Amino acid sequence: MNVQAKSVGAVRYVGTRQPRKEDARLLTGRGQFTDDVRMPGMLHIAFVRSAVARGRIVSIDLDAAREMPGVQAIYTQADLAAVPVQMLSFFFTNIESPVTLLADGRVACVGDPIAMVIAESRAQAEDAVSLVEVVVEEETPLVTIADAKTGAPVHPDRDDNIAAEMGDEDALEAIQPLLDGAAHVVSTRIRHQRIAPSPMEGRACAASPDGAEEMTVWMGCQSPHLAARYLAQALGMPTGAIRVVARDVGGGFGLKNIPWREEVAVVVAAKLLRRPVKWIEDRFESLTASSHAREQDVSLSLALDEGGRFQAAWCDYACNNGAWPMGEDANIAVHMFMWPAYKLPAYGFITRGWYTNTMGLGGYRGPWAMESLVRETLLEKAARKIGIDPVELRRRNLVYLTDQPHTSSMGIPVEDITPGECLEKLMANIDYAGFRREQAEARKEGRDLGIGFATYIEPTGSAGSMAPMTGETVQLRIEPTGKVVAMLSTHSQGHGTATTMAQVIAEQLGVAYEDIAVYEGDSAIGAFSPGAAGSRQGVIAGGATWRAAEMLADKVKVVAAHLSNASVETVTIEGGMVHIAGAPEMSRSIREIAEIAYGEPGRLPEGAATGLEAQYRYQPPPMTMTSAAHCCMVEVSAETGFVKILRWISAEDCGTVINPGVVEGQIAGGLAQAIGQVLLEDMPYDARGNPLAATFKDYLMPSISDVPDFEYLHANTPSQTIGGMRGVGEGGAIVGPPTLVNAIADALAPFGEIDELVLPLTPARVLDVIEQRDVSGTRAHLDGADVAAVVEETNPAEVVAPVMAAGIDGDWNMVLKTPMGPQEMVAHFDADGAVVSGYLQAPEGRQDFSGGTLSGSQVKFEMKVEKPMKITLKYDLQFDGDTVSGKCKMGMFGSATVTGERV
Amino acid sequence: MSEHAIELTVNGHCHATRVEARTSLGEFLRDGLGYTGTHLACEHGVCGACTVMIDGRAMRSCLMLAVQADGAEVTTVEGLAEADGTLHPVQQALKDNFGLQCGFCTPGVAITMACVTRDNAGVEAPRMEDALTTAMSGHICRCTGYQGIRRAIRQLAGAST
Ligand code: FES
Ligand code: FES
Repeated sequence: MNVQAKSVGAVRYVGTRQPRKEDARLLTGRGQFTDDVRMPGMLHIAFVRSAVARGRIVSIDLDAAREMPGVQAIYTQADLAAVPVQMLSFFFTNIESPVTLLADGRVACVGDPIAMVIAESRAQAEDAVSLVEVVVEEETPLVTIADAKTGAPVHPDRDDNIAAEMGDEDALEAIQPLLDGAAHVVSTRIRHQRIAPSPMEGRACAASPDGAEEMTVWMGCQSPHLAARYLAQALGMPTGAIRVVARDVGGGFGLKNIPWREEVAVVVAAKLLRRPVKWIEDRFESLTASSHAREQDVSLSLALDEGGRFQAAWCDYACNNGAWPMGEDANIAVHMFMWPAYKLPAYGFITRGWYTNTMGLGGYRGPWAMESLVRETLLEKAARKIGIDPVELRRRNLVYLTDQPHTSSMGIPVEDITPGECLEKLMANIDYAGFRREQAEARKEGRDLGIGFATYIEPTGSAGSMAPMTGETVQLRIEPTGKVVAMLSTHSQGHGTATTMAQVIAEQLGVAYEDIAVYEGDSAIGAFSPGAAGSRQGVIAGGATWRAAEMLADKVKVVAAHLSNASVETVTIEGGMVHIAGAPEMSRSIREIAEIAYGEPGRLPEGAATGLEAQYRYQPPPMTMTSAAHCCMVEVSAETGFVKILRWISAEDCGTVINPGVVEGQIAGGLAQAIGQVLLEDMPYDARGNPLAATFKDYLMPSISDVPDFEYLHANTPSQTIGGMRGVGEGGAIVGPPTLVNAIADALAPFGEIDELVLPLTPARVLDVIEQRDVSGTRAHLDGADVAAVVEETNPAEVVAPVMAAGIDGDWNMVLKTPMGPQEMVAHFDADGAVVSGYLQAPEGRQDFSGGTLSGSQVKFEMKVEKPMKITLKYDLQFDGDTVSGKCKMGMFGSATVTGERV
Repeated sequence: MSEHAIELTVNGHCHATRVEARTSLGEFLRDGLGYTGTHLACEHGVCGACTVMIDGRAMRSCLMLAVQADGAEVTTVEGLAEADGTLHPVQQALKDNFGLQCGFCTPGVAITMACVTRDNAGVEAPRMEDALTTAMSGHICRCTGYQGIRRAIRQLAGAST
């Protein structure tokens, strides 16, 4: 799609650095963040939180707290239980852990909310919180993934600590011979630290009960529409009863994807108390009690042939879900997106999420970023081992445009990705050979320079395959005054969507950027969209805006042509003026047309609707890929272990760039977070489950002196969406970490390999490599922790089922528990001796199977499905009288349990 | 809690009121007087978001009690621009250079920059750039990667000579 050709107005707005519409209010202190909302009679909430990581609550003594001045109410779970709540994941599926808003008889992590105090001021609420006495019968907490593997279940009603599991164990049988027989095998292990997302504005929620059942909620969120839908569904309220307003939000980064326990508790408290209430998370809570991210332990092995061509890979991935994850997660996306940019014939993995007694896992910019970190760091390790240049090794394995369409070994199709082209663009713009010479010279002087690369692709603008990932809506109108108003489904927590969308409108409609007012940030405006989630707004809302503006321009032209008795083709709109080709005297302002369109219906073409309005909801292709190649140059001090970043160059392809200032801002913000992850940020826990970084003095956020000037190269391969945009919100945070790690590893190469990458790479850990000993104490610490990990997992004894007497023939109601939520279906079986055939009937349709086997009371059969991907489902069911249970293996999606009973 | 009478000027307006001894200046400006442009992001003195100008000096309003501002002249971000709406040069520089995204850290950043540019008025560009960059190391921004802030610094430094 050619952007130039589609332009309507002569003035170009798309592709220019328009100053942001958001800035006027934000620069002058006139934004409206949640804590800026004050209502008459508003009360303030502070939470009583657990200081103990795990145990039974013996007693909660509220007496002293109740006596405190200003205290209006204190709620525990016993009080909140009056309002039934079902917590949900981002996918609107039920959370599996027994999560309640406040602790229900047990605490499972430090920071677990136990009670909420509601008082006339925040200070009074905090005073009272300090007087609440909670007695907990403390149990030994499980803190690490290794603990989780062997310890008693964090949630007593569950069999083990596996929160989620996917992958096919059998796949290793196929992969192992390829690894064994390969010319080269390289392996790596990464222990990614725990991250506190730390938006500068913590979580915040205020709720005001209005009318009979209505509730207005101000919330720091990433989409007021999603928040409203979530609250309504979680609380069983009609959707229209909840209005969520989020004018300004001080950063989200995935943490604010969905309302979580505290926000929902605030709404419930408002419901119970019938008073407006407000909760503002403080920094201590934000660091220790807001959902955390990452904390993974990942091993990857890669087989290469003589020429360095990838042959096969195996990955073992584990992540710490904490006690109350915002959705049990084994991070399947890590595996789905590890290889589509490379030619790799065979890949297998096992992936698990583990419950522990730590704060729950939530979203964070590029949640699957580990795929790039582990792949790209292993790739450069392989390059050093085999003696091939790391850029050359990529060239031999990357999927270039000429290799496409291409389907990854896991079935992900790619047809317009450009990681190779981005790499070539990058190489053409840096003097690589020159840097290598400089590096060699520097080594002679005892200075250690390093250069690192990373290439990646990212699925952006996802829509249509998961409940919350939908299209975007734009409602557009030209007011009778000639000014343009846009109501969007988007939301900005710094993204500048009002700016970029106004640029698209200005260009497509032919009006001045200044004449466009954009409204978003209110669930009463626009329509459903998940807002800022998955690098999507520029892509999808951009497309929606593009088309809606074209539709509105067409309408203006029809009216103008009619008024001038000209043909529509002769009409152009430019700078707010409507011109007729060859008749300059007939030019009119848009305002004049608008006045007629609203006020003088008789002058409109026959049958034309009055007013000037357009609305469009854009459903884009299911996924739009963004690609990039980055390069970073560092100097590492062999004496202190400090890393200084010298240069950082990004070559990204995000298709049509609406506003380079906004796009570069997104890349830069992600890269700064990447630098924080690699060098600084860490939320460690002690053995008793205490989070150890309680202030920004302990949790090291990147400052201006930690971040270099970034250099940008934009490759602009238009995507297949309207407008040709590709998402750019998360890329920096995904491709950044491996780029920097690789540069450091390159600088350290003469000293040795980073055998096991433990993040963050503190100066002491860098010295571990330089001095080839355990300077940081990391090894000693991990060896201690790993002892638990080597204990064999015990499988529950197999239950021998009795032979079926009643037979399996007939209909069975079955439920398949998939990662996307439970799927109900009716199964029909016909047994002919040991051969079974039948069908599965679900709301989406019926599918037959045959060739199944019956042995004793066990039935096995296979079924091929096309959606969401081509996979073979392998059912293995045990029948027992009128009930059935078993498993369904779903290829790369792992196993799902099946339960059911005879109809 | 003891309450104290204080009198102070904020953005040219006189306020005489009573305040609890323990109330921080930041809280007081926001909750007591309604100057919500000042943001509290850490309340530990680390992030700089709460920075306001007190008698011409940039101070962290989370680390100072309201009673300590008795008699002081305070400028918050609401008071930086001219009465006719013309942005202060630091606000304009931040705007010109995409120096903000979510805008939560911005009020403190702008106040510090305003103090530093005024205190160093007339110095050579490299020194101004240095002074501003050093001052910015006391501000945390999660969104921008400091790129626009650094460009704004260069613009301000360039304009100062
Ligand atoms: S809020 Fe005062 S320094 Fe962070
Ligand atoms: S602009 Fe969001 S924290 Fe600085």
